[in-house]
Amino acid sequence: MTTALRERAAGRSKATGAARPGRRRRGRPVALFLAPFLVPFAALYLAPIGYTVYQSLFRMHRSGLGLTAPTQVFAGLSNYATALGDADFRGSLLRVLLIGLVQVPLMLLFALGLALLLDAKTTLFKRFFRLAFFLPYALPGVVGAIMWSYLVAPGLSPISAAARHLGLHLDLTSNAMLAPTIGNMLTWGWTGYNMLIIYSALQAIPAELSEAATMDGCSAFGIAWRIKVPLVRPALVLTTVFSIIGTAQLYNEPAILHNVAPNLPSTYTPIYAAYDAVNANNFNAAAAESVILALLAFVLSFGFLKLVQRKGAAL
Amino acid sequence: MTIRQSLSRWLILGVLLITSVYFLAPVWWLLVSSTKTNADLFSGNGFWFARFALFDNVHQVFAQQGGIYWQWLANSALYAVGGATVSTLIAALAGYTLAKYRFRGRELTFNSILAAVLVPQPLLAVPLYLMFSQIHLVNTYWAVLLPSMVSPFGVYLARIYAGSSVPDEIIEAGRIDGAGEFRIFATIALRVMSPALVTIFLFQFVAIWTNYLLPVLMLANDHLQPVTVGIVGWQAQRGIGPSAVPFNIVITAAAISAIPLVVLFLSLQRFWRSGLTAGSTK
Repeated sequence: MTTALRERAAGRSKATGAARPGRRRRGRPVALFLAPFLVPFAALYLAPIGYTVYQSLFRMHRSGLGLTAPTQVFAGLSNYATALGDADFRGSLLRVLLIGLVQVPLMLLFALGLALLLDAKTTLFKRFFRLAFFLPYALPGVVGAIMWSYLVAPGLSPISAAARHLGLHLDLTSNAMLAPTIGNMLTWGWTGYNMLIIYSALQAIPAELSEAATMDGCSAFGIAWRIKVPLVRPALVLTTVFSIIGTAQLYNEPAILHNVAPNLPSTYTPIYAAYDAVNANNFNAAAAESVILALLAFVLSFGFLKLVQRKGAAL
Repeated sequence: MTIRQSLSRWLILGVLLITSVYFLAPVWWLLVSSTKTNADLFSGNGFWFARFALFDNVHQVFAQQGGIYWQWLANSALYAVGGATVSTLIAALAGYTLAKYRFRGRELTFNSILAAVLVPQPLLAVPLYLMFSQIHLVNTYWAVLLPSMVSPFGVYLARIYAGSSVPDEIIEAGRIDGAGEFRIFATIALRVMSPALVTIFLFQFVAIWTNYLLPVLMLANDHLQPVTVGIVGWQAQRGIGPSAVPFNIVITAAAISAIPLVVLFLSLQRFWRSGLTAGSTK
């Protein structure tokens, strides 16, 4: 539904830009100047969204070869019913939801804490720590995932080796440990990035505020909790929304971890499951799964925005 | 008072040091492991050196599969430089137009671009694959290049920057001097916006270089793949079988492929920090 709105919005604005050349001398360049972006934007952003919704409503007729339109038959919402009836797909949605519910708050608290510590006046070597925490983000995500997959791989893992020295058996790729392992990969990769966004917001707070609070006898912790945290709320909201969207698109980490943990199913996360459906040439199922995931990501991120907005109004 | 202050100073330092071990140790492991032979990877302390085989490993990485690693690096560079250059230029033009011209539908256009920033990229990859396979673009350079040329976040940054840094007076002065609208943009506005251009280019470059799902869907041909897809392909062989790629080569290849981005981040700190701040203050 938002797709249609968005598409219409882009279409209408383009049309008005082009339709009124004479009203102002500058009416013309607007359409010309926006076209180089808006045309590929419509083709590569809006069209795929529309195309997915369209594809999700059809299914392939078995007698055809499957490359042209006539072999498709309208299927209504049956692809959705199939996807939601699929225990594997439902499991992948639930898994991502659970990972997100645990990992996102933990990571953001971690990032907020680090940002507050880096912002404290007495902290030493700020530049070094800032770079150290940010380094994981500067590594390509795939490299980070490969690295961690070896760090947890049975037979190769230095972590398991250390546990063995202590007489413990630790397999970080066992079924029970897969979710914590992936959560750790995400936390490792993104804490520094989120920390930097929060830290930038902290630095924008005028120093007088903290000084005044100190004079009133407020402790450093009190200043952090009562003054700084409320003031960096926009940054916290932004990082939360980005993290929710990031969790919804979880693919690289499980796909790469699968190389060292064959027990990890190819329907571990929704995107992984959709990609699996593409590999099985079941495009319509992939489309329906993509739409379900997009709706879920949309509901969660905008639901969160609405939630904090209402809270903000009450304050 | 001073005792308490110095106590908290050491406490904070301790916490930050332990935290930096968490973030740095895996990278240290990667660096140390890239100097080891395949056999040494499975024995001894993972975080300390064994026989020094770095040069041999690097040599093997570039010799593996007929030297295809060079091709992968070149492909990544082509996708990242080509995609980021085009996306930066058209985003700058669009952002400048949205900031400096008044026209009906301006806010609507901007809001729909802003909403697109929130669309998870992997969700677009599957439908794009379906569309591209119908027009036979799959398994060509264009399959990865074209989607890399659109950056809604770039338009957002360009609009903010153009709005605050390109004065209307300069544009008016250009018009009085008889310059065309595009000439004003190309010769005056682009120059004023150059810090924003570097930021947009950098973010888009990183996004393309690190992208995995899109190229892995689009490209079945080894020789078109970027380095990310290539290395994961090597890793997927799990070191099993006679033609499999040994672990030491995968690890060294991964370490090498990280170098361009780390260098880019270290040398252009000013720009990526300003890009992040633009996101946090809005």
